[in-house]
Amino acid sequence: MTVRGDTDQRARGTWPDPTGPGLPPGAAQALERTWSDPPGIVGWFSAVNHKTIAKRFMVTTFIFFLLGGLLAVAIRLQLAQPNGKVLSADLYNQVFTMHGSTMMFLFAVPVMQAVAMYLVPLMIGARSVAFPRMNAFAYWIFTMGGIMLYVAFFLDIGPDAGWFAYVPLSGPQYSPGKRVDFWAQMITFTELAALMEAIVLITTILKMRAPGMTLNRMPLFVWTMLVTSFMVLFAMPAVMLASTALITDRLVGTHFYNPGEGGDALLWQHLFWFFGHPEVYLIFIPPLGFMSSIIATFSRRPVVGYPAMVLALIATAFLAFGLWVHHMFATNLPELGKTFFTAASLMIAIPTAVQIFCWIATLWTGRINLKTPLLFVLAFFAILLLGGLTGLMLASVSLDYQLHDTFFVVAHLHYVLLGGAVFPLFGAFYYWFPKFTGRMLSERLGRWNFWLFFIGFNVAFFPMHILGLQGMTRRIYTYPEEMGWGNLNLLSTIGAVGIALSVLLFVVNVLRSRRHGELASSDPWGAGTLEWSVASPPPMGNFPLVPVVHGRYPLWQQPVAPYHVTGLTNEYREVLVTSVADAKLDHRLWLPSSTPWPFVAAVATTILFIGSIFTPWAIVWASVPVAVAATVWFWPGRAITRRRVETEVQP
Amino acid sequence: MRDVSHLMKPMQDALRPAGVQADHIGSLWNLTLGLCTLVFILVLAACLVALWRAPRADAGSAPDLSSLAGPERRTWRVIKWATGAATVGLLVLLVGDVLTSRALARLPLQDAVNIELVGHQWWWEARYRDADPSREFSTANELHIPVGRPVIVTLRSGDVIHSLWIPNLQGKKDLIPGRTATLRLRADRAGTYRGQCAEFCGLEHAMMALLVEAEPNERYEAWAAQQRQPAAAPGDPVAQRGHDVFLARSCVMCHTIAGTSAGAKLGPDLTHLASRRTIASGMFPNNRGHLAGWIADPQSLKPGVNMPANALAPDDLQALLAYLETLK
Repeated sequence: MTVRGDTDQRARGTWPDPTGPGLPPGAAQALERTWSDPPGIVGWFSAVNHKTIAKRFMVTTFIFFLLGGLLAVAIRLQLAQPNGKVLSADLYNQVFTMHGSTMMFLFAVPVMQAVAMYLVPLMIGARSVAFPRMNAFAYWIFTMGGIMLYVAFFLDIGPDAGWFAYVPLSGPQYSPGKRVDFWAQMITFTELAALMEAIVLITTILKMRAPGMTLNRMPLFVWTMLVTSFMVLFAMPAVMLASTALITDRLVGTHFYNPGEGGDALLWQHLFWFFGHPEVYLIFIPPLGFMSSIIATFSRRPVVGYPAMVLALIATAFLAFGLWVHHMFATNLPELGKTFFTAASLMIAIPTAVQIFCWIATLWTGRINLKTPLLFVLAFFAILLLGGLTGLMLASVSLDYQLHDTFFVVAHLHYVLLGGAVFPLFGAFYYWFPKFTGRMLSERLGRWNFWLFFIGFNVAFFPMHILGLQGMTRRIYTYPEEMGWGNLNLLSTIGAVGIALSVLLFVVNVLRSRRHGELASSDPWGAGTLEWSVASPPPMGNFPLVPVVHGRYPLWQQPVAPYHVTGLTNEYREVLVTSVADAKLDHRLWLPSSTPWPFVAAVATTILFIGSIFTPWAIVWASVPVAVAATVWFWPGRAITRRRVETEVQP
Repeated sequence: MRDVSHLMKPMQDALRPAGVQADHIGSLWNLTLGLCTLVFILVLAACLVALWRAPRADAGSAPDLSSLAGPERRTWRVIKWATGAATVGLLVLLVGDVLTSRALARLPLQDAVNIELVGHQWWWEARYRDADPSREFSTANELHIPVGRPVIVTLRSGDVIHSLWIPNLQGKKDLIPGRTATLRLRADRAGTYRGQCAEFCGLEHAMMALLVEAEPNERYEAWAAQQRQPAAAPGDPVAQRGHDVFLARSCVMCHTIAGTSAGAKLGPDLTHLASRRTIASGMFPNNRGHLAGWIADPQSLKPGVNMPANALAPDDLQALLAYLETLK
């Protein structure tokens, strides 16, 4: 016997209690008022509601995706023919550096955190994220770092040492000027933001789940974000350390990477890839959560093997930190040591294989509702699988000697990152768009979008495998005609244009559907997790009544009493804090109000970061405004403190 | 004019091995490609069959929750078998990789040719080492190696990280400042192979190639003997004038011509420039037209290169070219 939540009931706040009284009159309005951000311009900069920040975050990362995509088109136009003249060598090097840096640091990692910031509280039955002001601060820091990088690029002082910025090429001697400094400081911005977002997500997931949502009942997407956020905590410090040492080498004459003075050029590579390889999984693991959500909903059954899926995620996260040297096989590190990294790199295929098998089993035993979100997810099986298999080739030391730094790797990484992340991400947009906006995306445009993307992608990237084997190295701005690489490159450029058109279709679809799309009910796909129990789009306080959870798919399973939590005030931003493993009630917490100070603090921090590119003394004088902004931010309000003391209930 | 027909078909292809090391890697490639193709087909087929056989539903269809009530034993058995098979496949790849690494390391090194290769932005400096220092010589951007004899290339960098990749002969190896690496290879089939810098090394990374001429041992020895000779004194007045131009102008600030007073090491050694097939690190055929353009305005051919433009009077330029063409 199954029950699906009824939209009317949910709107009245009586779901999941079929007999319950619902919300008292005015409660929903009071809740909406309490959780809303103030109006006006100042209010716009004061927003801290997780949905508002997450929507801005998603739009910002998507704009960076479009910019990075335009750069990719420029690269493809330059390489379409031998001796191309579209870009000069200098501009080409800037463009490919910006493309890689944008896609990795300004799109792929943050977009996952942005989507999670929106969905995680809704999936776990929480009214907000933990630390909403820090969440807003992180968003502003991220945005300003991205803007700084693009301002530098449009002023023709964009970084040109690659997104990996290997020393000594990126060092003071071979990259004079400020170009690489902008890159290194962009790392500081984005990693700071990513670390803060990870802290917000971990705290939210571990301490703010609705009562009854034990770890064992968490949606798989929430699991992926928990795992990803812990990975961020361990991976990001490595690259921040690396880029800070690079900055000090460049600005104050340290010699961390200068072999002439006892430094080591390989130190950079170790630190960078100790972050860089886990980063691939920061990009790849959240989409595994999209996959599990979408496959369950569209095969009308729970995903096969929940414990196996969770363990596979955790195993992937651990192994991800043991593979970084496979980016350095062509260096003169000891051969025996490299074999260890080959074994680890092959081993990480096992948890991924388990997940793929579980999804196929889910499809096999389910009943299928073949809609656009599922199409994008199914593309994963073809594209990511091929990318994973070429990854096995690159994991082998001997094969890597031939394949490393060729177009084969370019093909491989795009198969992994687009197949493993971008296709599921587009599926996720089609899937959750009704929740974000209250309207459906057009299914017809969606199918055109999908097929154009799928075909364009394969036409663009499959030939690169062959080009790599035929000797075409990476990051070259041109190649002689006699090399015979012209035809396949032209084909690849045609495919890239196809991708660009499909993304354009997506933008058209979003802009049209936002105004004119079919109205969405609270649960248009008949899904089973909590975010679909609230109206589309959700009220500012998410849940009129905080639910009590009794299973993994609360909307599919028979409701059981107790249905929801009572006794939370609607007048203040009160949330429930629950225990880590079992989500037992712990205490009530008032979250802070909306305020512009995170924005002001972000501006002050931006001045410090950018100022320090030009003078080390900026770290001294620019820390004063940062300290002032942070102090005002944390200054306790008299009225709210008094009210909090008055409402305190002693046990 | 020199014959440049070889430039029409440069061999730079990992799938056409011409040496034992590339052969080893090629065998592993064939094994891996076969296994991976099989896995790709099987998994994709399973996915398509699942889609084909599963009944259709819509958003209103009641979900099937039976799996929440009890374990799905049959499904699990299949998943376990599939995972086991995947693990076995991965082990095969691991063993194949270890065996290949071992084979690569066991190249017999008796009677090896020793070459020290230094990467520069953006050209290759080569020094043929010998136990007898008087038999050593330097060249640039073009290696000659004997077929059937092992070659030990010692790799260093003068500035940033480069990577030597001659796909027909061997995989790549990085040239890292402050570190020394070695690459061992052997050409088993004669031919001209093209290599290229594989690690992004700055503005003209795309224009940093080198040619490797693998030839029978006696021809190689003849070439080496020729390279050991200092440059011949100019034989006619035009060449003599070119020689004087070279020594009087800024050329001597960077280049060496053994047998003259030019001995600087910032740029390629030009002692036997005319014996090489290309100029500008494998980018242009070594003929009078390209050489003239290169000397007069290298920035238009390879923007950012360290060689400055040289405003020579037309007569001086022609004399210099005539002299350089004698440097066989």
